[in-house]
Amino acid sequence: MSPTTPEELAAAVRALPRVLPVGAGTKARLAAVAPGVTPVSTRALRGIVEYEPDEFTFTARAGTPLAELAAVLAERGQYLPFDPPLATAGATLGGTVAAGLSGPGRWRFGGVRDFILGARFVDGEGRLLRVGGKVVKNAAGFDLPKFFVGSAGCCGVLAELTFKVFPRPAATRTLRLTARDAADQVRLLRVCAGGRWELDALEAAVDEPAVFVRLGAEEAALGPLVAELLGRFPGRELVTAEAAELWTTVTGFGWAHPGGALAKVLLTSGEVPAFVTWVRAQAGARAWIGAGGNAGYVSLPPARPVAVSPWAGALLRGNGPRWLGPRRTAAVMAAVKRALDPAGRFPDFED
Amino acid sequence: MMSGSPDPARIRAELAALLGPSSLLADEAPLAAYESDGLTAFAARPAAVIAPRTADEVIATVRWCHRHGVPFVARGSGTSLSGGALPVSGGIVITLNRLNRILRLDPAERIAVVEPGVVNLAVTQAAQPHGLHYAPDPSSQPVCTIGGNVAFNAGGAHCLKYGMTSNHVLGLKAVLATGEVVEFGGASREQVGPDWMGLFVGNEGLFGIALEVTLQLLPRAECFHTVLAGYATLEQAGDAVAAVIASGLLPGAIEIMEQLALQAATAAVHAEYPPGCEAVLIVELEGPREVVAADRLRLDAILAASRPVEVRPARDGAERLAIWKGRKSAFSAVGRLSPDFIVQDGVVPRRRLGEALRRIQAWSREAGLRCANVFHAGDGNLHPLILYDGREPDGLRRAEELAGRILRMCVEMGGSITGEHGVGVEKRDYLPIMFPPEELDLLRRVRAAFDPAGIANPGKMFPAGAAPALTHTGLHPLERAGVIARE
Repeated sequence: MSPTTPEELAAAVRALPRVLPVGAGTKARLAAVAPGVTPVSTRALRGIVEYEPDEFTFTARAGTPLAELAAVLAERGQYLPFDPPLATAGATLGGTVAAGLSGPGRWRFGGVRDFILGARFVDGEGRLLRVGGKVVKNAAGFDLPKFFVGSAGCCGVLAELTFKVFPRPAATRTLRLTARDAADQVRLLRVCAGGRWELDALEAAVDEPAVFVRLGAEEAALGPLVAELLGRFPGRELVTAEAAELWTTVTGFGWAHPGGALAKVLLTSGEVPAFVTWVRAQAGARAWIGAGGNAGYVSLPPARPVAVSPWAGALLRGNGPRWLGPRRTAAVMAAVKRALDPAGRFPDFED
Repeated sequence: MMSGSPDPARIRAELAALLGPSSLLADEAPLAAYESDGLTAFAARPAAVIAPRTADEVIATVRWCHRHGVPFVARGSGTSLSGGALPVSGGIVITLNRLNRILRLDPAERIAVVEPGVVNLAVTQAAQPHGLHYAPDPSSQPVCTIGGNVAFNAGGAHCLKYGMTSNHVLGLKAVLATGEVVEFGGASREQVGPDWMGLFVGNEGLFGIALEVTLQLLPRAECFHTVLAGYATLEQAGDAVAAVIASGLLPGAIEIMEQLALQAATAAVHAEYPPGCEAVLIVELEGPREVVAADRLRLDAILAASRPVEVRPARDGAERLAIWKGRKSAFSAVGRLSPDFIVQDGVVPRRRLGEALRRIQAWSREAGLRCANVFHAGDGNLHPLILYDGREPDGLRRAEELAGRILRMCVEMGGSITGEHGVGVEKRDYLPIMFPPEELDLLRRVRAAFDPAGIANPGKMFPAGAAPALTHTGLHPLERAGVIARE
């Protein structure tokens, strides 16, 4: 099923006993359809509904490809500062919200949860409902738009989303800093995070003890900042093409095994060495560290499952349970699920 | 479930037995302080005020309330401008000021774990030696508490760039109205699964009480450039805001103060503003010195072209603080101009700010009420302070009528009835103008999932319906008793 309007989407949900919303399928695990469940595709539910550059806001249909959005925003010198991942692979805005995925740029101003303002969604009864607002600041009613971030289609089908955008920095520069080992990487991540530089992105590799730093500002300001960082830490600046390739690889998970499992786990910077050790214990594992050491991404060759994770996480691709590591359950979680989806049309949180 | 009206004496006796008498405020005078909050027009007498010393005592109290069907209202410093901490008559108030410990400050991970009674500014003060700060800065930050900030998703002057409280809470532990203790989020800045924490922040006390909150701290900006620009007309100030936004700059704050607010700030804190100005614009750039220097050149050019009466950049830290002192004191300063006032905080799309302000001016003239405007221009968040005299028989009614017109205008323009103060008791009857019945029903269903018995801060956010009408009670109870005064 591929509805083309929010109303058609609502009708589709009403007509089906069990529904899984799917976008472009770039996070294949989240789009994996269980027996007896009908996928409802948002691919035909696309397009920008409103874009107000002066307000720093836009509203777009859930199935709008990120790449299409980025192009329109770029014409006005704006962007979604959290670098939504998998744009070149065709990922949609709705899928990004449902997966709760943010890219390297989330370091500076926050992730997808920090830029979502409002949504129209279809609840388990097939009603088309609006939550949140369309202006950059709004405190009326409960913040349900945030709740949908990472909800993986368990509580409703997103039809339309309103987001805050920011002006894109005039210029960016990327540095590759070298650490001695994982512990030194932690030190470097922390020093960079606590410094005066206001970094745009702060990421780290796992196969080599490198830390990657991106700065964004007026060109005139960047020279001295880059010089200071390179004076303090061993490393070098990446030339433009190299930097572009790096960030394309990172936001596209280009480092991951094609066709293999891909998982995200939650870390703090102090847990980076333990993450590196955990990754190395898994044969063939590749990994990346995002958000200044707050997210770990791990990929395994095809058909190999991700080992039991000591950290809470989510499986984005591959076979296995959707959630990894320790899980919190509470009676209220089931109660909220029932409030939004009393008949159980959408997957359970634990499916 | 206690049927009919629960007997206050019995409530007090049972809670004293449960928690020990020292956790119960008993004297008449202290109780009076809890009858109102920052929205002084309303008051209600609680059956008891509980001041727990530990999270376990809060949990025990909430569980007792749940068992007996007694409504409770959590309270921090009582600075809510929407009546969020207004007691329920005959219910209990749980005041969290004794839970004021910073449990953990981790400069390496840049997080602080705090109890709900910790004052907003105390977090920044504790973080400062490490070069860090807590970004959300509501004007009441020297007194308001993190628990209240979380319940009402408090904003401040720096929301455009840094967001609201919700954007800075990483994790929390809370006792829900059912007595269930939950933990959402954690120490990581990233998340998986539905954003329960995002849903909890801004619940206006309707879900439960936060017991521990994990906050992210940011490095303090190296350099600030704060400019005050005076304009002959409000419209010119509004145009200057539009020009700054269109330029691609992302200032930390963009604020406007209008004439009456300028007068008030001048009288209260001896702030000095360029003479002959209908409005003053405050723009603050912040960041590494090289970035501020580059952005400053662009800002200077934009402001120079915006036909200001005068532009005054702060030359040092003291001048910067003076600019902010004038801005942040504006609310309380207006108290000098009028016996009573109410503050609205509706939001309009930024491009319609000028139009919104012209309408507010015309309507306040029509109503014969003065209206002082101070607002977060960068995010279209208005703060009209409607001045009235509660001693006049229809003073509050006329003020509320004007407030209602303003709120309707905000929604008609595509904005919101509240940007940061919350709906509370004050704007509950306006929630339906933002959300049609089906969407209100959704909000009610979500509320019921957290609080099926409706005992957590009842009477807030949702339209009154059968709830007893609130009447104007004039001065704050402590003011009436001569304990406090507005100079």
